Amino acid sequence: MNLESRLKMVLSAGHFAVTAECGPPKGADPDLIRKKGNLLKGFVDSVNVTDNQTGVVRLCSLAACALLREEGLDPVLQMVTRDRNRIALQSDVLGAAALGIRNILCLSGDHQSFGNQTDAKGVFDLDSIQLVQVVREMRDSWRLLGGEELSQGPDLFIGAAANPFADPFFYRVLRLRKKVSAGAEFIQTQCIYNLPKFKEWMGQVRDRGLDQKAYILGGVTPLKSARMAEYMAQNVAGMDIPDEVINRMKSTPPKQQRAEGLKIGVETIQALRQIEGVRGVHIMAIEWEEVVPELVKEAGLWPRPEI
Amino acid sequence: MITAERKPLAEIKESIASYKKLLILGCGSCVAECASGGEKETALLASQLRIDAKKEGRTLETKEMTLDRQCVYEFIDQLAGVIGEYDAVLSLGCGAGVQAVAEVFPRAHIVPALNTTFIGQTKQAGLWLENCRGCGDCKLDFFADVCPVTRCSKGLFNGPCGGSKNEKCEVDPDTPCAWQLIVTRLEERGKLDSLEKVHPPARWSKKEGKGPRKIAREDQRT
Repeated sequence: MNLESRLKMVLSAGHFAVTAECGPPKGADPDLIRKKGNLLKGFVDSVNVTDNQTGVVRLCSLAACALLREEGLDPVLQMVTRDRNRIALQSDVLGAAALGIRNILCLSGDHQSFGNQTDAKGVFDLDSIQLVQVVREMRDSWRLLGGEELSQGPDLFIGAAANPFADPFFYRVLRLRKKVSAGAEFIQTQCIYNLPKFKEWMGQVRDRGLDQKAYILGGVTPLKSARMAEYMAQNVAGMDIPDEVINRMKSTPPKQQRAEGLKIGVETIQALRQIEGVRGVHIMAIEWEEVVPELVKEAGLWPRPEI
Repeated sequence: MITAERKPLAEIKESIASYKKLLILGCGSCVAECASGGEKETALLASQLRIDAKKEGRTLETKEMTLDRQCVYEFIDQLAGVIGEYDAVLSLGCGAGVQAVAEVFPRAHIVPALNTTFIGQTKQAGLWLENCRGCGDCKLDFFADVCPVTRCSKGLFNGPCGGSKNEKCEVDPDTPCAWQLIVTRLEERGKLDSLEKVHPPARWSKKEGKGPRKIAREDQRT
């Protein structure tokens, strides 16, 4: 199979990339995935499929990515280390590449205590940075962890996440550097609402030349309502939503809050495009995938480039 | 020390329901330190069970004994000649103690009264914290004496994750973020650069190995 990562091609050609998140269903229906994928088709470069996000069991990321690939989309396989040991992780990496998946996002994953299987044993055999390193070795040296040779390496564009809003702040960029040196080629950030803090972090990223070594994609989550903004600010760790954003949503009449959330999303994307070193956006429209085409159009990022 | 918590009375009652004569066996080591299975807790449990039996019109005869260590044969031997007098032993030892006593007295039914929990420290009166998972490959020196395997909820060797906020762990707001502690302590020691290298995957074989681990030392054998 001679497929290439569209995300990698778009980024390396110097275009401002657009990816969107797609959460698989809590069920075995393949059509739901196809439907979500087709909704995004033509508006994004790649579709990022979550891996049992928040520790809630859903259709597996690998299968959903394979379905999206069949639909002609470029999937990004999210892979968390919470549920699989190094045997299963490496095996799934090989399987993903064999199915034509060309992008992987290596994560540790939300702790199992947050999900619907709270008695589960958290695996965490590797951490996200170690997984990045393992995948890079598999791809570049055709070697498994421990050195054993592969008959063919997995062709994958390797990504990792960064949260500029978590603590300790000064250490965040040093950890990003570790991820990049381990082999991360693209970085998706946590949802950005606090632009001044994000700009400060990007300054640190540029100071260390990391924007030259990895493609930074800014995370954008359009707010559906004032309630969602308040809930996320209070309950989602590592989420930084400044009061002025919450107040802006709260002072909007309920029926117009979706439009206001979309507007904030558009403004955020436009601001991100102006920041040196930001090479794209990653839209995480949580259970609101249908808003993505409008958001992309409004932000002036449609049509997507021909590659 | 090994920490443990006493099982709920209802669960203990259910597991000893068929017995009339019980040897209630405490342990004077770790579980005494964490106030779950020492002499005092053994006496308390025995009296609770007797009162309860009396209230329900049952007969229950109990004897209390506390060994210095339930996990060491020379102390377990004190039960010879005693254990046979009872229908069962209700042990307030840790899991290692229960199994050691059961091994010495294969025909006796040893009922656990505790849930063994973790290797930990006494933080303050009435508060014990887990700080070691016995991974068999100690890296504390590298991590400024804060164990990421145990104290980071995800056991990350290259943390902190994105859930560290205001020095707390996202999993439990009462738990300090181990990685915040590691970074702060290394910074204070001027050793932050030691974290620049990607820490390699752990050798879990030291923990998981070929099933249960053992330590065999010729120099200690007589």
